[in-house]
Amino acid sequence: MKRFTGFVIKEFYHIFRDYRTLLILFGIPAVQLLLFGYVITNEIKDARIAIYDASKDEVTRKISEKILSSGYFILEKNLNNYSQISQTFREGKTKLVIVFGSKFAEKLQQEGKAELQILGDASDPNTANILVNYATGIINNYLISIDIEQMPMRIIPEVRMQYNPELKGVFMFVPGIMAMLLMLISALMTSLSITREKELGTMELLLVSPLRPIQIIIGKVIPYVVLAFIDSCVILAMGNFVFGVPVQGNIILLLAECLLYITMALSLGILISSITSSQQVAMTISLMALMLPTILLSGFIFPVENMPVILQGLCYIMPPKYFITIIKDIMLKGNGFIYVWKDTVILAMFTVVFMMMSIKKFKIRLA
Amino acid sequence: MNNLSIIVSNISRNYDSVKALDDVSFEVPRGELFGFIGPDGAGKTTLFRILATLVLPDKGTASVEGFDVVKDFKKIRKILGYMPGRFSLYMDLSVEENLSFYATIFGTTIKENYDLIKDIYRQIEPFKKRMAGQLSGGMKQKLALCCALIHKPAVIFLDEPTTGVDAVSRMEFWEMLRRLKESNITIMVSTPYMDEASLCDRVALIQDGKIMKISRPEEIIADYRYQLWAVRSGRFFELLSDLHAYPGVHSVHAFGQSAHVAFNKSALLMDDLRRHLIHAGYADVVIEEIRPAIEDCFMELMSQ
Repeated sequence: MKRFTGFVIKEFYHIFRDYRTLLILFGIPAVQLLLFGYVITNEIKDARIAIYDASKDEVTRKISEKILSSGYFILEKNLNNYSQISQTFREGKTKLVIVFGSKFAEKLQQEGKAELQILGDASDPNTANILVNYATGIINNYLISIDIEQMPMRIIPEVRMQYNPELKGVFMFVPGIMAMLLMLISALMTSLSITREKELGTMELLLVSPLRPIQIIIGKVIPYVVLAFIDSCVILAMGNFVFGVPVQGNIILLLAECLLYITMALSLGILISSITSSQQVAMTISLMALMLPTILLSGFIFPVENMPVILQGLCYIMPPKYFITIIKDIMLKGNGFIYVWKDTVILAMFTVVFMMMSIKKFKIRLA
Repeated sequence: MNNLSIIVSNISRNYDSVKALDDVSFEVPRGELFGFIGPDGAGKTTLFRILATLVLPDKGTASVEGFDVVKDFKKIRKILGYMPGRFSLYMDLSVEENLSFYATIFGTTIKENYDLIKDIYRQIEPFKKRMAGQLSGGMKQKLALCCALIHKPAVIFLDEPTTGVDAVSRMEFWEMLRRLKESNITIMVSTPYMDEASLCDRVALIQDGKIMKISRPEEIIADYRYQLWAVRSGRFFELLSDLHAYPGVHSVHAFGQSAHVAFNKSALLMDDLRRHLIHAGYADVVIEEIRPAIEDCFMELMSQ
C-alpha cells in the first residue's frame, strides 16, 4: 500500500509541476463554458428586418409596431417597392423582410383575410427558421387580439416550454460541455501520462519494479479522477451561478453519475495508452476518435433522433450519449435514479469492458 | 550452495530478421563485476533486457539468482537493480524525490539503505533539491545508480552507464562500482569504451549477437600473440595505409596520435621500418616498442 501511495504522490507532482497540464485541467473548462454560454447561442436578439408596407394603414402600422417592440427585431429600413427586397438581402444585414399586401386593413375587414409575406434569409437556415417563427407568432397574437369577438370558434394553444421555459441555449450546453470536457481531461490526460513514461523510458523501470500492473494503472488514474471531479463541480457551479442552469434533481446522484462517467473515460484513456507508445499518437487518437463523436454523435448539438439510421446506430455505442441523457434528466427534469438506471447500467458496462481490456492489454514486458 | 548469480545458456533473440543475440551462454559468480564490451548494435541492450525480464528470449534459458527469467520474473523483479541505457528518471522530480520514489515502490526508504549508496549519494546530495532534468550527465548517472541500488538488490544490471559522460565522471563511476563489490552485489555492466574493460573482474567481448571471448582482462592481454610498436609521425592517415602495406605487418590501428602496428614476434626490425618511412618522406618518425593494452586485444579479437 505504501508503494501505491508513493506512486500516486509522484503523479500529483507531475501534474502540479506542469503548468500546461494545469491550464488544460482548469482553464479550458471555464473558457469553454463561457464561450459556449455567451457566444454560441440560438437565442434571437435585435435581428435586423426590413418592412415593405404597400398598404400603410392602421392595421399594418400596428402590426409593425408590435413586431419592432418585441425586443427580437429592429428596423433596418423601410422599402418602397417589391424589387428592393433582393437588394436588401444581398447587403447582408437584413435577416428578415415583411411584406404587407395592398389594402391590408380593408381586405381584412371585408374578406376576412389579407396578404402578408415573410421572407427570411435562409443562407443561415436555423436563424431564418427561428426568426420566421417569432414573427409569425407576433402577428398571430395580434390578429387574435383584434378578432376575438368576430370569430365564432377558436382554438388558442397555450405553449409552454417544459424544463427550459425561456429556451436558453446554455441549458443544452452545460450537459454537453460536461460530457466533452470530462472525456477530454480524463481520456487525453491519462493516455498522455502513461505514454510519456513509455517515451521517457521510465516505464522500463516501473515494469522492473515490484509494482503490479493494476497498481500502476490505478495509480495513474486516481489523480485524474480527483481533478476531473473537481472540474465537474466547477462546471456545475458556473452553469448555476453564471448562467442560471438549475440542478433540479438530486445533486449527489448527479455527482455520482459524473464520477461513473469520469471512470469510464479514464479507462478508455488507459486503453488508448496501452495500444500506443507515443504521446503524439495517443493525443491524435484521443482528440479525433473521442472528441468529434462526443460533439457530433452524442446528441450534444444535433438530436440523435433526426440522424440517418446508420449514424443513430453509431450514437448508441458512444458513451457520452448516455451521460448527456442522464445529466439532462437529473439536472433539468429533476428525475431520480429510477428514470436513469438503464443509461447508468450501460455506462457502467462500458467502464467494465474498457477496464478489463486495458488490464489485459497492459504489457508486463517491453515489446 | 551454488555460487553462480547469473546463468545464461544458449539464448537467442531475433528482431524481425535481425539476429540481436545468437546462442549466447555464460555464467557470472556472485559478487563479480562482469563487463560486456561491444560496439553499438552488438546485442548488449537486448541481453540486459532479457536478464531484467523485460524481453523474452526466443530460444534458450537464463536465470538470475536461481530464478528463471521467464517463469519467475516477478521474483527477479524484487531482487534486481536495473539502470537502462537511456536516462530514465523523472526530469520534473528533484534528485531527492526521484530517489525516494524508487525507494518507496521497492518497499524501502532512503534511510534504510543509506549505507549502500552514501558514497555515491554524497556527491549529488548538495543538489538534492534540484530537478533531475537540470543535472549534468555524470550526476544524472550517479543518481540513476543510486536509484538502482536503493532497494539493496542482489544483482544490478547497468546498461552503458558511462555513455555520454565525461572522462573524470567515468572514472569516478567505475570507482564506485568497484567499491560496491564489497557489498557482495553481482554487477553486470556494459560499455562501448574498451578502456573500461580492464576495470572489470571479467569481460565478455560481444559482437553481432555473439560472444567472442570471455576472460579476465589480464588473461586477455596475456593471450595477445603479436608484438606491438607505436609509430608516430606527421601525415597520420597516409602513415596508416603505408604501414598497412608494409610487408610482414599483421594489422594497424589508430590510437589517438599514434598507430599501433602488430606483427608476428620478431618478424620485423625496427631500423628497417624507420628507414623505410624516412625514405617515404615522413619526418620526425618515432617508433617504440609497447606492451599491448586491452584495446589492442579487442581490436584484434573483433577483426577475427
